[in-house]
Amino acid sequence: MAELVAVAPELGRGGVVGRYLAVRLAHSVFVVWAAYTLSFVILYLVPGDPVEMMVSSSGVISVTAQQIAQLRAEYGVDRPPPAQYLTNLWHALHLDFGRSLQRGQSALDIIGGALPSTLELAGAALLLAVLVGWALALGATVTRVRWLQRFLLALPALGVAVPSFFIGLVLLQVLSFRWHLLPAFGDDGPRGLILPAITLSVPTAAFLARMLAQSLWRVLADPHVTTARAKGLGRWRIHLRHALRNALPPVLAVAGVLVGNLLAGSVVVETVFSRPGLGRVVEAAVTSKDIPVVQALVVLFAVVFVTVNLLVDLAYHLLDPQVTVAMVRRR
Amino acid sequence: MSGLGVPSESVAHDGGLGGPPAQRRRTGLSRRGREICRGVLRQPILAACVVVVAVAVAAALAPAAFTGADPLRVRPTAKLHSPDGTHPFGTDQLGRDLFARVVHGAGLSLSCAAIAVLVGLIAGSLVGLTAGFVGGALDAAVMRLVDVLLAVPSLLLATTLVTTFGFGPVQTALAVGTSSVAGFARLMRAEVLRVREQAYVEAALVAGARRLSVLRRHILPHTRGAVLALTALDFGGAILAVSALGFLGFGAQPPTPEWGALVAGGRGYLDTAWWMTAAPGLAVVLTVLALNRISQAFDTPTGPR
Repeated sequence: MAELVAVAPELGRGGVVGRYLAVRLAHSVFVVWAAYTLSFVILYLVPGDPVEMMVSSSGVISVTAQQIAQLRAEYGVDRPPPAQYLTNLWHALHLDFGRSLQRGQSALDIIGGALPSTLELAGAALLLAVLVGWALALGATVTRVRWLQRFLLALPALGVAVPSFFIGLVLLQVLSFRWHLLPAFGDDGPRGLILPAITLSVPTAAFLARMLAQSLWRVLADPHVTTARAKGLGRWRIHLRHALRNALPPVLAVAGVLVGNLLAGSVVVETVFSRPGLGRVVEAAVTSKDIPVVQALVVLFAVVFVTVNLLVDLAYHLLDPQVTVAMVRRR
Repeated sequence: MSGLGVPSESVAHDGGLGGPPAQRRRTGLSRRGREICRGVLRQPILAACVVVVAVAVAAALAPAAFTGADPLRVRPTAKLHSPDGTHPFGTDQLGRDLFARVVHGAGLSLSCAAIAVLVGLIAGSLVGLTAGFVGGALDAAVMRLVDVLLAVPSLLLATTLVTTFGFGPVQTALAVGTSSVAGFARLMRAEVLRVREQAYVEAALVAGARRLSVLRRHILPHTRGAVLALTALDFGGAILAVSALGFLGFGAQPPTPEWGALVAGGRGYLDTAWWMTAAPGLAVVLTVLALNRISQAFDTPTGPR
């Protein structure tokens, strides 16, 4: 990529930014393609024939060789792998990831049906995680009370060490079964969303709080903060106006990973709370080795990751236009 | 969060003159060991974390030393007993002693995590080392691949690999390990690139040392701190991941005790027998918490102290 960029600074700023975004977009497309290819290699070539797996796992005994051959032709697995790969890729480009081996529906339909419920959960959890994470980080960096600071810093360390299924079960035990405050299972309305959202948000909130606190400390040691202090500005003003903005880029850089992990965390959380959604689709697909669905899920997660990262790139540019230019030069 | 108070450069190649090399190395190592001990003892929380991990490892290696009860013995008369003198963690729905099951579960949980970390550490380090040291097109290609692996959330990557590897404790361990290769590769490459720029590496190359011996003697030892910190952190992460897969039912199959599977087993008894989820759950929490704190001690501090 270096040779591409060597000419960029001469193009003026609009050119640099446009070129930078073009490179990023190309890279995103590459990542999605590579995720598709990698998952094809892992899922289709290693464990053997999906049709045999389907027949053996569905417990059907009286299947003739002829029927198997017919099924193999129907699912297109009787041809050599490279040919299969090209056909599948062509179909995938048209948003067709094949039919589920278990349910017969299109893989994308299954995922599409499960998506709203998970998006609702993940959205609520993300909101919660960002609020709590920021509050913890700001609180820990603003306060001068030693024990309070220690306490606020200990919470994220605890948050990343507790498995989310355990958090969910403890919440269920205390809030639903002992105190009867909230419904235990199901997805009925906002009240049923509270416990799963809290559970899902804990690891993300903890991670966010730790990163933001570290980043804030680095920025608070910068000369421009000292200047602001010398001017006699208040602590909160320095924090919110002068430090936070500069502390954000390292946190934004991991946003893609955070959102991905949040969505992947729904596998465990939805199982704990018996909620329908993407996580249950993952679990069911892995349990029954439903390969088209698993592959579609991998691609979906890769798409989410690169999309979030593209948005982060735009956010960088809005936070500080110089960053984009600097990044292009560095590459 | 201060470090262990140990100088980071390796004692092994200090080039001193006293004594034959083997002996010099031994005294150096024991001195280093003493310094680490002293550093740990100065921080009571860190010492407590070391004790927690030591107890967990001891339980994994010799569960019989902790409990005489058989983790698989079913006693219908003693089912769902709350914790008391004879059953410190209570009993489950089949009357099996939960303390024995948690202690015996340590073996499977920790060895799965250890396999996962070893897979990630060895494969990831080799990949990162090669990419960083060789550079050029190979480096670019490998790092693009690492980017792709990092684009898929590790829990999803691990479950995808479980589809390929099949169900079972070792399979989940391999899946978790493979999903952590990319992280190790990226760290190792960054460290190699950092160390490679140092003046002493240049000096060694100018002095005519072979590239491989420079890699082994001058670059590898200096990547140790960061890699050790990630290893300790990843060990905690691997315990979490293995227990999550166990909770979902992809790992150890009943009646074999494993921490995640034990928590899943207590799911149906939340209302009546809280100890069935609390005991194995807290075992996971304590071990991971301790490992994360130890991993911090390897790292350089960024916060105030």
